[in-house]
Amino acid sequence: MAYTEDDLEKELATKEYKYGFYTDIESDTFPVGLNEDIVRAISMKKEEPEWMTEWRLEAFRHWQTMEEPEWANVHYAKPNFQDISYYSAPSKKPKYDSLDEVDPELLDTFKRLGISLDEQKKLAGVAVDVVMDSVSVTTTFKKTLAEKGIIFCSISEAIKEHPELVKKYIGSVVPKKDNFYAALNSAVFSDGSFCYIPKGVRCPMELSTYFRINQAGTGQFERTLVVADEGSYVSYLEGCTAPSRDENQLHAAVVELIALDDAEIKYSTVQNWYPGNDEGKGGVYNFVTKRGLCEKNAKISWTQVETGSAVTWKYPSCILKGDNSIGEFYSIAVTNNFQQADTGTKMVHLGKNTRSTIISKGISAGQSQNSYRGLVQINSRAQNARNFSQCDSLLMGNKCGAHTFPYIEANNKTARVEHEATTSKIGEDQIFYCNQRGIDTEKAIALIVNGFSKEVLNKLPMEFAVEAQKLLEISLEGSVG
Amino acid sequence: MSLKDKLLSSYLTFQENQDFDNSIHDIKDAAIKIFEEKGFPTKKDENWKYTSLNSLVKGDFSLVGRNEDAIEFRDVKKYFLNDIDTYKIVFIDGKYSSYLSETTHDGVDVCLLSAALTKPKYKPVIDKYFDKIVKKDSLTSLNTAFAREGAYIYVPKGKTVSKPIQIVHFATGLESSLMLQPRNLVVVEENAEVQIIERHQSLNSNAVFTNSVTEIYAADHARVDYYKIQNDKEAASLIDNTHIDQQTSSEVAVHTFSFGGKLTRNNLNFYQNGEHNNSILKGVTIIEDKQHVDHNTLVHHKQPNCESHQDYKGIFDDRATGVFNGKVVVDSVAQKINAYQSNNNILVSDKASINSKPQLEIFADDVRCSHGCTIGQLDEDALFYMKTRGIGEKEGRALLMYAFANNVLESVKIPQLKSRITKLIANKLGVNLGFEV
Repeated sequence: MAYTEDDLEKELATKEYKYGFYTDIESDTFPVGLNEDIVRAISMKKEEPEWMTEWRLEAFRHWQTMEEPEWANVHYAKPNFQDISYYSAPSKKPKYDSLDEVDPELLDTFKRLGISLDEQKKLAGVAVDVVMDSVSVTTTFKKTLAEKGIIFCSISEAIKEHPELVKKYIGSVVPKKDNFYAALNSAVFSDGSFCYIPKGVRCPMELSTYFRINQAGTGQFERTLVVADEGSYVSYLEGCTAPSRDENQLHAAVVELIALDDAEIKYSTVQNWYPGNDEGKGGVYNFVTKRGLCEKNAKISWTQVETGSAVTWKYPSCILKGDNSIGEFYSIAVTNNFQQADTGTKMVHLGKNTRSTIISKGISAGQSQNSYRGLVQINSRAQNARNFSQCDSLLMGNKCGAHTFPYIEANNKTARVEHEATTSKIGEDQIFYCNQRGIDTEKAIALIVNGFSKEVLNKLPMEFAVEAQKLLEISLEGSVG
Repeated sequence: MSLKDKLLSSYLTFQENQDFDNSIHDIKDAAIKIFEEKGFPTKKDENWKYTSLNSLVKGDFSLVGRNEDAIEFRDVKKYFLNDIDTYKIVFIDGKYSSYLSETTHDGVDVCLLSAALTKPKYKPVIDKYFDKIVKKDSLTSLNTAFAREGAYIYVPKGKTVSKPIQIVHFATGLESSLMLQPRNLVVVEENAEVQIIERHQSLNSNAVFTNSVTEIYAADHARVDYYKIQNDKEAASLIDNTHIDQQTSSEVAVHTFSFGGKLTRNNLNFYQNGEHNNSILKGVTIIEDKQHVDHNTLVHHKQPNCESHQDYKGIFDDRATGVFNGKVVVDSVAQKINAYQSNNNILVSDKASINSKPQLEIFADDVRCSHGCTIGQLDEDALFYMKTRGIGEKEGRALLMYAFANNVLESVKIPQLKSRITKLIANKLGVNLGFEV
């Protein structure tokens, strides 16, 4: 019997979130609620120096005066910030010398996530920093990296061992008062990754962080800081999952990238937080601030594949401060069922001859809402700035929505800015053509979606590209109307 | 006293002197309440992010002009389109000038809104259409509250208005600063057709603040062709709110030519309430000094099988600032829509700036929507090519800019108007283009 769209729909409806398991690990969780004492307690728990505690408190005090932003094109029940536990760590946390000492149950978790640590260590050559319930569990490959002078560790470790670097760069790109969620993160971040690439070093392997929210009623607030010193290069990967729960979990991360003169940072994300069930219940609120600063001749490239989260609010940005610097943004955002995504980028051109490219592909299915929101700003001193933006949306069914909100501000006559956007659906004739050649409807859709997103998928590192492709297929099958 | 307070306090006196029907009074009372609540928009409103009304809102504007027929035809002749026969509805400082006008009741009604609002003969039309399609935003409501004069055009079923209609608003500048709130109502019934040219013109450099509202109703198969010429003096500010209701198979085109004025804001709203509609929005903006032009457009596709085309071109010199904020909304029932939006800009000077925000909000899947926005410069190679052929730098630039704006001009259906605008552009660019169009 032929595979019909109805079959597809049925299959999709019963498809479950693959990563929705909960690992029973004893963990050390703070009582719910947020006040200065909690902030102090987090800082103390992390054995942080005085200046860090003060920094957190300052952020917290400012956060209390701020209001939650409402401008985004998403609707959700606002989280009650006093109902969240701000610290949750797997309690058996010894200092591991080798992977064998890690709680086997935890290792099993990662196996199920498809990131078997030892396997990756041996085969893929990826150094992984795993952050579970916001505490860094293990960092692999540390030694190999240390030989090159590369520092790759959890941020709490970095605060203790490399305070001069952290002090210099933390909050320099995303100030602690930047926005509501960044301020909250600055006050309560429990862990995250820190990476420093020394002058002229080309990082020999992909660095990777995996985030997972495990405990119920916790928020994940991690902080990532990547500093690429002059002439260095690093490629950084980030992946996320969470167990299926009925309540909404909050994820408010801050990522800061600093690319000094001639440096290059490539930052890739595959975000697959639990999106809620097919009735829109549960799921992760993903409110993330990501920003990179480019000095002279530097380059920052953001690549993201967003398939998860109930609500996404995320704008990886580039401040092109140095002359000749380059910013890139490649994004695929897929929303299905009741997911809502408001995502995009900001390219702020300050230096001369700065260039930026934005490629954004939005795919909406089910009853989801998918928005692209981007800013391209050419400042008056940015001579010969160049921008190219392309935002394409694919709609599947007439219950979803695709929105485009580009902001283009040009204050220099030598600026060249191009923006184009299209919205379309998968054509019946395209599917018919495939059917005619013996490709069934499901495969045809996968094929067409893959083609639609190819420009972005191509930018992902190999290991991620495969996973991302699979994710796309899973989230979209059968949604064609 | 702020302008808002002044408006609110003078509202009652204004109402007392008017001989309106009760239903009109009710509409006005409701409107002033909306304005009182919302006030003038500020930069905090997302739709006014790039345009500030501060300088206007703080100004002390007289709300009523002096009652005299103060101008001679020969002084203002140049502001009319003279080489063709037209109907004319002319207002001086907000008051109708019968001396300069040429109206008709022969088959179609081309006359005054004040007459339509007060005479029983027009009541059915007023009841059905007046203030029905407008968005209840603060500026439109302000106009609704104070409106008493403007053009009233009613084209009955199957009728084509034999010649174009010119609506001209003069400000004499007898008051040191004056606020005008004209209100136009255009109703085009089934299969009828009309062409309208609208212009706001101040005669000296005293400040004028015009908050104009136009309602256009296009019934089944109606065709409306509307041209707005905005080439005012440097102290004149204009907020133009136009709301258009389209029924099945109607076609409405609005061309906006913005060459002057201190601050110009066009709120152009199309509501497609029938199938097979076609909406055309085109604009050319060429400004310099510290002028500011803001095009805020909305095309709301509510029914299937419709089309919309937007094409806005802008050239900005000196410290001029341009804003384009275009929005296309496609409802989930509105399948098979073809919506196109394009905004191209050239910055001529270092101090000029442009903010562009082309937005799409789409809820239907079987649609073709695209938009494009560019900011760029003239092609140096093309300039060089022309120089090698003996065309000077200045002329070459003008030619390229003219070509840049030309595809908007191409769809102007009145030849005399087209050549008039070509001349205006040539004048603006400071050259003789050497050809007539």
